[in-house]
Amino acid sequence: MTMRYALRYDALDRLLDAIRRRGFRLVGPVLRDGAICYGDIASVHDLPAGWTDEQDAGTYRLRRRDDDAFFGYNAGPQSVKKYLFPPSARLLPPEPEPAEKFAFIGVRACELHAIAIQDRVFLGGRHPDPRYAARREGAFIVAVNCGQAGRTCFCVSMDAGPRATSGFDLALTELVADREFLVETGTERGAEIIAELGCPAAAEEQKAAADAVTERTAAAMGRAMPELDLRDLLYDNLDHPRWDDVAARCLSCGNCTMVCPTCFCFSVEDVSGLAGDNPERHRSWDSCFTVDHSYLHGGAVRASVRSRYRQWLTHKLATWTDQFGTAGCVGCGRCITWCPAGIDMTEEVAAIAADS
Amino acid sequence: MPPIPDWSEPWPWLVTDVIRETRDTVTLGLTPHEPFSFLPGQFNMLSLPGIGEVPISISSDPADHARVLHTIRDVGAVTRALCAARPGDKIGVRGPYGTDWPVAPAAGGDLVFVAGGIGLPPLRPALLAALARREQFGRIVLLYGARTPGDLLFTKEIADWRARYGLDAEVTVDTASPSWHGNVGVVPNLVSRAPFDPLTATAFVVGPEIMMRFTVQALLAAGVAGDCVYLSMERNMQCAAALCGHCQLGPFLICRDGPVFCYERLARWLLVREL
Repeated sequence: MTMRYALRYDALDRLLDAIRRRGFRLVGPVLRDGAICYGDIASVHDLPAGWTDEQDAGTYRLRRRDDDAFFGYNAGPQSVKKYLFPPSARLLPPEPEPAEKFAFIGVRACELHAIAIQDRVFLGGRHPDPRYAARREGAFIVAVNCGQAGRTCFCVSMDAGPRATSGFDLALTELVADREFLVETGTERGAEIIAELGCPAAAEEQKAAADAVTERTAAAMGRAMPELDLRDLLYDNLDHPRWDDVAARCLSCGNCTMVCPTCFCFSVEDVSGLAGDNPERHRSWDSCFTVDHSYLHGGAVRASVRSRYRQWLTHKLATWTDQFGTAGCVGCGRCITWCPAGIDMTEEVAAIAADS
Repeated sequence: MPPIPDWSEPWPWLVTDVIRETRDTVTLGLTPHEPFSFLPGQFNMLSLPGIGEVPISISSDPADHARVLHTIRDVGAVTRALCAARPGDKIGVRGPYGTDWPVAPAAGGDLVFVAGGIGLPPLRPALLAALARREQFGRIVLLYGARTPGDLLFTKEIADWRARYGLDAEVTVDTASPSWHGNVGVVPNLVSRAPFDPLTATAFVVGPEIMMRFTVQALLAAGVAGDCVYLSMERNMQCAAALCGHCQLGPFLICRDGPVFCYERLARWLLVREL
């Protein structure tokens, strides 16, 4: 059974330290390149305290908060995917995986769902991926229940947030005004750390305050998916004129797939020295927006942007379910924020739903 | 937890035979690192270090566990290098992958094999498996087409199957040479006059997608039931482990759910262009 405790702001560093002392490599939110990204952290001083972001279709801006909340921002351009499934890796000769286990700090509910989805892709089939397994296994996760919703967020529609319900060791709800966190334990090892820190059990009013935070966030979603069977909708509309409409706006740049926490496509490429020496085989993130993705001797199957956008969207919301028994979208909104053309998948689906 | 075997790790197989079939097609006979079993219709991933890896259907007799054949057409950098292999070379192999032709369930009725171009090698193991238990089937029909007479594969063997097993084989070419006395035209045109009983027949079809579409139309028009028609599909494929995402065809991953599909499952997706 999960228990809830109170953790003062000034004890957060001790929490990070207790995790690190157990041999984990701490990865958490850091300010970098004008965005809140994931990076190595040494202490609370690396966290983006007092910063937030403003997001909308095709827009991301860092802003100062008028308080010093540690986690007062929404999903940034990166997800923990870059650690569990690095953008490029050597397959042959096999690359040693990092000996240190990851501890991910500040993981949102949508990202926990994304991890669970990638678990199914990389570990759930007949040929599990040993590289993903090595990085995923034993990773420590400190989730954060979102205290605000971004304008591109729609996790509520995808049943993936804003409150973390599973897949974490500890889950924090930040009570900014009280300068404390409510901590929920998800695993034995999470509970052990909380016991070591001597955190007091949360009072009823603290629990109520934390519940109110996620309820407020859930009510403030910036976007929503039409409430109908998205799989049926898309399967019945594979030749809808809206695909032509969106294709006229889509640059086919692949940004949406690069920021997506569930996109898993990779390409495999052999390389060697000029004389054919030192042959190696590598894999790297691929995108279904490239022509090469569907290349078959003689040409691409999906030569048009229309067909490539349709592939991406129907994969996320429909075919993924047939392939892996779960939808491929968690409503994090990254694809909307980071689309240079501001294409919004919820709007595209709504347009198709409108005349169906 | 025990360590997870690495799906990407190929075994080195020895090239023992190199058979030049046509100007652009070679059959490689490979000796596996250990006795190898596969089902007709399955494929292996073949690779050369530093050059690349490609999926290639197995074209040998499934009863032969010691020598495994792959018939490869030179269409790109990797297949070109594979076609240039010599006896004594080592080739990276992993597999077998994918679904198989339902040969045994087709027993009791007629069997129709329809192949276009390099589509014949993936059918060869199923043909051999069926001929090995010839008595269990009614008529066994092969309808096969290639671009020109010079592109026809396994011609001697087809003649042998005709003579020994009473195979009904009809061969056609798109473009004939003066010395060609056979059929000219596309493969689907052979279906309507082929000697099989549509009510008992099971059809296995491999070829370019357009050829398969028209072949299915002809088979259905002849009265073959949609759930008795099987196709082998092809898409870009880079891992064969249902991980890389390239071989998607709507709800299917061809490396895992295919390459052999019952037409009934595919029908709705075959209607969509650029899927």
